[in-house]
Amino acid sequence: MSKGIGERGYTRADVLVSTDWVEQHLKDRDVRIAESNEDPLLYSSNHIPGAVEIDWTRDLNDPVRRDYLGRTAFERLMRRIGATRDTTIVLYGDKNNWWATYAFWLLQLFGHQNAKIMDGGRLKWIKENRPVTRDVPKYQPSNYQAPERDDTRFRAFRDQTLEHQERKLPLIDVRSPEEFRGERLHMPDYPNEGALRGGHIPGALNIPWGRAVNQEDGTFKDAAELRKIYTEENKLRPEDDVIAYCRIGERSSHTWFVLSYLLGFSRVRNYDGSWTEWGNLVQVPVENPSAEARDEAAA
Amino acid sequence: MKLLPDRLERLLAALDTLDRGDRIQMLIEFAGQFRPVPSRIAQRPYPAEHRVPGCESEVYVWAEPEPKGGLTYYFAVENPQGISAMALAGILGSSLSGAALDEVAAVPADLVYRIFGRELSMGKSLGLMGMVNMVRAAARQQIQAAATGDYK
Repeated sequence: MSKGIGERGYTRADVLVSTDWVEQHLKDRDVRIAESNEDPLLYSSNHIPGAVEIDWTRDLNDPVRRDYLGRTAFERLMRRIGATRDTTIVLYGDKNNWWATYAFWLLQLFGHQNAKIMDGGRLKWIKENRPVTRDVPKYQPSNYQAPERDDTRFRAFRDQTLEHQERKLPLIDVRSPEEFRGERLHMPDYPNEGALRGGHIPGALNIPWGRAVNQEDGTFKDAAELRKIYTEENKLRPEDDVIAYCRIGERSSHTWFVLSYLLGFSRVRNYDGSWTEWGNLVQVPVENPSAEARDEAAA
Repeated sequence: MKLLPDRLERLLAALDTLDRGDRIQMLIEFAGQFRPVPSRIAQRPYPAEHRVPGCESEVYVWAEPEPKGGLTYYFAVENPQGISAMALAGILGSSLSGAALDEVAAVPADLVYRIFGRELSMGKSLGLMGMVNMVRAAARQQIQAAATGDYK
């Protein structure tokens, strides 16, 4: 069984809340609980009473360009869910909170720091037989005022990532080892996701995102266990300038959250272009051990 | 030749008339009606050759010949949160079982977009397509077996 969140040694334990905490705050007007899933049917099938849905495709992405929503759309979203700049947004979802941390990351691009993740996500809540409903709540729309999106602190783009790689600064590839080695262009259990080349950015460390999670209940590992993975095994330091990437930036937002908040790394960015951009770019460096091995065998 | 088996076409036409919210409710109803593979067909641990490649919800597919022709399709969805997979299993099982094999073999995998909409993540949609492809493969195998007399 996991230790209490406050006992796990995190740098920012305040960004995580337990399922108990959420159940005690179901009627707290200063708290807005939001579910963010990959599966589009899950929220409608049932959800935490009072929880709103934040859909990653419809709510968080630009419908035309490959980018996230801008300030006006973000304000519209937050007004719709009745949130103000002071509202505590508690996010949870499927897939060990992949999409919840993705939404959390996006909130930070708009400077909404008053946000938290429900440790263990949707599955933990369901397994604990806590209350669920199919009622969709309606909140009085707010007058949320957002600043322009700031991509400089937490987001990395292609050219920045290329420069980062050339300077040999730490890059973390959070995909599966098979994807990292170029043996497949997609994660296990997922078919191909449209990258022309397999492998990884040269010099990247391969630290699959799921290592940060306790498999039995989906909670985050404690700080000592996380340090063992990131700082002992992989020699990363909290003061390092780190870029994390995966396939489209969702899994790497999970690692971004772990490093930035649970371990207190000061400079972590998520390269959301990730492998679906890098693996299609012309002339960027790629390391692909499996292709190199095949070439050697053929020679 | 018809583009889709009748029951599937009727079901898709019904879905097409619904707005997103009603469509989701209908799909959730399908998921609720989903019944896993009966034990006379398969028991855990399910054999890997019946597992749908590329489906995150750990879905398995079986096909059983029907006396009047065609196949009955059975599914297991091992992820209890795999509600989209359960909905699709319900749809495929109810609308393709007993249908002409050549029609089932020709069902396009991207019908998942017509069922769930274009908002599916790429991983999710391709996983669901894997379920359709497994059903199509079972139909193709049965057609081949009929042609060669090589029934297993």
